[in-house]
Amino acid sequence: MTTQTLTLAQGLNAGLRQALADDDHVVLLGEDIGALGGVFRVTDGLQREFGPRRVVDTPLAESGILGTAIGMSYRGYRPVVEIQFDGFVYVAFDQIVSQVAKMHARTRGKVPMPITIRIPVAGGIGAAEHHSESPETYFVHTAGLRVVSVSNPQDASTVLRQAIACDDPVIFFEPKRLYHVKGEVDAAVDLADAPPMSAAHVVRPGRDVTVVSWGSHVATAIDAAEAMADDGASVEVIDLRSLSPWDADAVAESVRRTGRLVVVHEGPRQVGVGAEICATVTERCFEHLEAPPVRVTGHDVPYPPAKLEGHHVPDLDRVCFGIDQVLGRVPLDVPTVTRTAQEVAA
Amino acid sequence: MPSTTDPRTRRLSRAGHDSSVDSAHGGARDHAPAPAHPAPAPDGAQTGDGTVRLIDADGVRHPDAAYDRWVEDVDHAALRELYEDMVVVRRIDTEATALQRQGQLALWPPLLGQEAAQIGSARALETDDFVFSSYREHGVAHVRGIAGADLLRVWRGVTGAGWDPHEARMAPMQVIIGAQALHAVGYAVGILADQETDERGEAPGSGATAGAAPTEAVISYFGDGATSQGDVAEAFTFASTWTAPVVFFCQNNQWAISEPVSLQSKVPLVERARGYGMPGVRVDGNDVLAVLAVTREALHRARTGGGPTFIEAVTYRRGPHTTADDPTRYRTSAEIEHWEARDPVSRVATHLRSEGALDDDGEARVQAAADAVAAELRAGVTTIADPSWQDVFADVYAEPHAELEAERDAYARYLDGFATTEGGGR
Repeated sequence: MTTQTLTLAQGLNAGLRQALADDDHVVLLGEDIGALGGVFRVTDGLQREFGPRRVVDTPLAESGILGTAIGMSYRGYRPVVEIQFDGFVYVAFDQIVSQVAKMHARTRGKVPMPITIRIPVAGGIGAAEHHSESPETYFVHTAGLRVVSVSNPQDASTVLRQAIACDDPVIFFEPKRLYHVKGEVDAAVDLADAPPMSAAHVVRPGRDVTVVSWGSHVATAIDAAEAMADDGASVEVIDLRSLSPWDADAVAESVRRTGRLVVVHEGPRQVGVGAEICATVTERCFEHLEAPPVRVTGHDVPYPPAKLEGHHVPDLDRVCFGIDQVLGRVPLDVPTVTRTAQEVAA
Repeated sequence: MPSTTDPRTRRLSRAGHDSSVDSAHGGARDHAPAPAHPAPAPDGAQTGDGTVRLIDADGVRHPDAAYDRWVEDVDHAALRELYEDMVVVRRIDTEATALQRQGQLALWPPLLGQEAAQIGSARALETDDFVFSSYREHGVAHVRGIAGADLLRVWRGVTGAGWDPHEARMAPMQVIIGAQALHAVGYAVGILADQETDERGEAPGSGATAGAAPTEAVISYFGDGATSQGDVAEAFTFASTWTAPVVFFCQNNQWAISEPVSLQSKVPLVERARGYGMPGVRVDGNDVLAVLAVTREALHRARTGGGPTFIEAVTYRRGPHTTADDPTRYRTSAEIEHWEARDPVSRVATHLRSEGALDDDGEARVQAAADAVAAELRAGVTTIADPSWQDVFADVYAEPHAELEAERDAYARYLDGFATTEGGGR
C-alpha cells in the first residue's frame, strides 16, 4: 500500500483516474470539466489523459446532461456526471427523479442506471446565491437512488470508485469547504477489501453522547467532542457517510450505549435527514434514551447571503449547545403545548 | 436499404452536404406568421410549403426529384406490406380501445390517424437501430415485433415496461413529455463512443467497425406539445453540437390534449431545426411512402456522420388523447371530417387499386390478417398475470439493499397476520 498526501479534491481526481483506467465504459460528463478541469479542478488533467470522448464537456444544460447520461447507460456506459454547483441540480431534477431513479424498476431490472452524480454541496465558503445548497433530502426521499457524502480525502477516492462501480445511481456529495483539506490517500485500494459504501464509521469513540453527521460537519462534530471532553463529557462521533441507505444499525448500537443522540446537518430541519434518524432511533432505542434526540441544523430558510451564513451553518458552539441539551445541562428549548384542547378544536 | 452501391449513398458522398438541408430550410420559405391553427398543407404533390408528399389524399402518386430515390425499391408488393401494417395497427388500436371500454385496460392512448407516420418511419429502421418513443407509438412497437400481451401490459397497470428494451431495441414508452429525446441523444453518443473505442482497438464495441461511420442510429418520437419542453430543446443542442446519429421524429398531430399546436409555436415546427444548425424536413405524415423516404434519408445522414435531423410529420390525432379524454369539448366535427378525407390508410388502398395491385380479395386477406392480430391481442390480455405484492419491492435497486428488504419483510409479516387470524393473508 502506497499513500500520498492529497487534498479532498485531489483524492476525487485520483478516484476518477483509477475508475477511468479500470473500466473503458466509465465516461465523465459535465460543464467545464475538460480543458479547465472543473471549476474546483476535480477533473484536472483527465481529458488530456483519457480523451474528449471519455471526459466530455457538455453544453450548459443540466437536464440535458442527465438525460444524455441515461441514454449512455442504455448503451452500456457508466456515466459520471459533474453538476457544477448544488443549486444547479434542480433543473435536472425531473431526469434524476422520474427517469434515473425509476428506470431499473420500470424495466423490471432490464436497464440499470449505473450513473454517479457528483454534486459540490453546502456552504460556509462565502459563495453567491445557489452555490451553498444542501439538497440531500430530495434525493434521500427518492426510491431508487443511493446518496453518499464524503468527509475526508481517502473516502473521496475510495467511495467515489465504489459509487462508479455500483449498478445503482448514486448521488455523490462533495462538501465544498473540504475540497482543500488534506489527508493520506491510498488511491489504489482494492474495492473488495474496502468497507461497504453504505457503512457508517465511528470516527471518535465516546460513552455519553452520540453525534451523527456527514460531509463537512463531521469535522465540526469532532471539534465539539474535543471541546466537550474538556467539559467532562465523552462524545462519540459517527460519520454516517451514506445517507441512503443509512446505517441505522451502527447508529442504534451507539445510542444504546450512550443513551443520547445529536444529529448535525446543514440542510433545513423540516423533514431533513436528521428527522428520519431521530425517528428511527426513537423507535429502535426508546428504552435506552436518556433524553429526546436533538437536531442541530440549518434553519428553515432559503440559504442566506454570505454575510449571514454564520447564523445558518451549524458551528462548534451550536453543536456543543446541542450536546449540552441532551446532557440536560441546558433546556431543550422546544415549544411546549401552548393551546388547550378546546383551542385546538376551535 | 443504404449500401455502398445505393444511389442514395452515392448522392450523399458526392454532395458532401445533403441537399435536403436546403430543402429542409426551404420548408421554411414562408415566413408569414403561422395562422392561429395552421391549416393542413394543400393536397397534391406540389404542397407549396415544402411539405414532402409522394401519394396524395386521393391516392395519386406524384414524382419527386429529391425523394423518389429513397423509395425506389418500394414496389407494389412492398407498398402492400406498408398498407397491411397500417391496417393491422389500426385494428390493434380499435381492439385496445374496446378492451379499455370493457374494463380490461386501465387506459389507452389511441393512434387513429397516425398510422402512416408511425409505420413509414419505423419501417425505415434497421434491426439494430434503437427507438426512444412516447406513449402513443403502438405502430412503432408493432414494427419492432412487440405483440399481444407485451403491447398491453403497461396499459393494464401491471408493470412499467411491457417488453425487454434491449430485445426489442425500443425503450419503454415515456410518459414525461419530451424526456426521451435526451435519452436518444445519449444512446447516440454511446454509438459514437463505441466507434472511438473500436478505433483504439482497446475494447469490443457494439457493432461499429474501426474507422467506419456508425452503422447504428437512434430515433426519438415525440409530439407537437413536446417541442415546447426544455428537454427537447436541450436534446437538439446536444445532438447538433455533438453530431449525434439521431433522428428526431415529431408527429405533429395538431393537438396536445386540448391545446392546439398554435399554442406551442408561432412558426411551423420544422423551422425549429434551423436554429440548431440541424436539417429539418416537413412531411405529409399521412403519406406512408413520403414518411418512409424522409426517415430513410435522415437515418442515412445519421449513419454517415451527418448528425441529427428533425422531421415534422404533419398528421392528425383523430381519436381522443386517451380513452379518458373528451375531444368534443375543444374541437369541431368539421375538423375531424377534414382529416378523415386525408386518411393515411385509404389513400394507399386507392393507389394500389388504381395500379391494379390490390383487389377485393387482397383487401379481405389484409383485413383477415388484422383480425387475427386483434384476436391475438385480446387473447393476450387473459395471459397477463396479476403482479404479486412482492413486485412492489422488486427491482427498485440493482444491488442488495438491506433496508428495503427489511421493509418488505415487515410488510410480509403484516400480511401473514391476516393469514393467522382470518385464514386469508397473502
